[in-house]
Amino acid sequence: MKALLICEYREGKLLDSTYELLAFADRLGADKAMVLIGNEAAAPGFDGKVYLADAGKCGEYNPDLHKQIVLEAVARENPDYIVFVHSSYGWDLAPRVAAALRAGQISEIVGIVDGKFEVTCCNAKMRRSVVPKTARAVLTIQAGAFSLAGEPHGTPQLEQLSLAEAASGVEFVGYEAAEKKDVDLAKAEVIVSAGRGVGKKDNVAVIAALAKALGGELGASRPVVDAGWVEHSHQVGTTGQSVSPKLYVACGISGAIQHLAGMKKSDFVVAINKDKDAPIGEVADVLVVADVMQFVPALTAKCAR
Amino acid sequence: MNILVCVKQVPDMESRFKINSEGVWYDEADLAYRMNEYDEYAVEQAVRLKEQLGGEPVITVLSIGPDRVVEALKKALAMGCDRGVHVRDSHHYRKDPWQMASIIAAYAKDQGFDLIFTGMQSQDRGSAQVGVTVAELLGYACATTLVGFAFDNGVITAKRELEGGTKGVVKLRLPALVTCQLGLNIPRYPTLPNIMKAKKKEILALPVADLLKEEGLVITERMYPPAKKGGGIVLEGDVGDLADRLIGILKEKTAVLR
Repeated sequence: MKALLICEYREGKLLDSTYELLAFADRLGADKAMVLIGNEAAAPGFDGKVYLADAGKCGEYNPDLHKQIVLEAVARENPDYIVFVHSSYGWDLAPRVAAALRAGQISEIVGIVDGKFEVTCCNAKMRRSVVPKTARAVLTIQAGAFSLAGEPHGTPQLEQLSLAEAASGVEFVGYEAAEKKDVDLAKAEVIVSAGRGVGKKDNVAVIAALAKALGGELGASRPVVDAGWVEHSHQVGTTGQSVSPKLYVACGISGAIQHLAGMKKSDFVVAINKDKDAPIGEVADVLVVADVMQFVPALTAKCAR
Repeated sequence: MNILVCVKQVPDMESRFKINSEGVWYDEADLAYRMNEYDEYAVEQAVRLKEQLGGEPVITVLSIGPDRVVEALKKALAMGCDRGVHVRDSHHYRKDPWQMASIIAAYAKDQGFDLIFTGMQSQDRGSAQVGVTVAELLGYACATTLVGFAFDNGVITAKRELEGGTKGVVKLRLPALVTCQLGLNIPRYPTLPNIMKAKKKEILALPVADLLKEEGLVITERMYPPAKKGGGIVLEGDVGDLADRLIGILKEKTAVLR
């Protein structure tokens, strides 16, 4: 069994998530080869073959050309699995490769159980066990679900892929940096975050009051930022800030994987949610099953006393 | 301009899910349904583009599923889409993303759509495959995960959301398909007059058998709830009492409360 692993590379650097692909292939017990669309200096620590295409020539985001490059490596390597990280790069490119190969695709794998792929669904409340029907399959793995035991090491054998031009209606213009943060949540010892369960913008003040009573900062989940209730600089999660406070209080946050990825390193997590089955319960040290707008004011009053 | 928006109807994610008798999907009975959240942004962006272009574009909204999905189509029509297409399918949950994409592509291939909007993923299955695969099957330019959309002189300038808050800016030529991320815009609530107007808009019903020619490429063998990791304390009961118990725990386990 052989897995072709597609490296993650952005703004001139190999992304660490690339090594999760190696960890996944090890779990699978597969032989490994990699594809890097980047540069030689960014080659991963890995004893094996790496197909290298120059991102300086073909662009970091050029999905039609990247598809052709991956297909060229597939033709040379004849893998059973082509594996991407389930990221803005992977979920964009993987279905293009799968469609070209007419291969089954399984998205956002979190585990391997009895040789079958485990994926999450219904906002992480349920799991499915999925298998491909095609001899060759495209897989994407959830970021953070697989990690290497030790430091990556090794010297790859690089094999250059010659680049053909690919016709494309997509042109990459450039990157826009993340907005400047007016709140540095990374340094906060206590963070009290508001989620959709607070109900409306006016109620955010109630959560902010608890944050103040505990001497902490206000955080927020994605939906309340998207709704304009809280500024983006307070957002915790994959596209916001990653935090590791001594105490994290999640108020009315269901616990989407992107949010959990940003706060799971907190020392102590309290979740307040009326849904006992909400995925936030998986990472909470204490789950308070209650209506946020009833419970939080009561807690704030007792803390302030 | 001819625009297609694809929407899915999904259960409220706060529902309690039970497994169906086949063991491969949730039991669809006794659930409250709504339009897939990502698709609301797709509908809104299509309607905004129509408004920008002085009302000229015609927006078709398509959904696949049992009769209940007509409610999602009606919402999209009330938000400003012009006509609905209901691909009737009571076994939708047994189809994989490849089949779903092939159904949409089979419908779209002769319709001459210039621009297709989809959500970046569904809240229930969450494969993030269907939109991109439709684009591949139709040979359309495609960009995913949009948090910014502008249209000028026949060219789309899109902002893709990348990890860590960075955005990738891309230009797309028509025909194109874009998948919409949460936060792309603020979806409107249908007003009562628009809900009334939407009742007169056409919804075309098509049997799925007319459009589906593809076998599935992956099989769901089983659906099940995740194993409980345990360890966490669950507090339930009277609110005032809960606050005291939580404060007790925080004093014992953290240095935050003195």
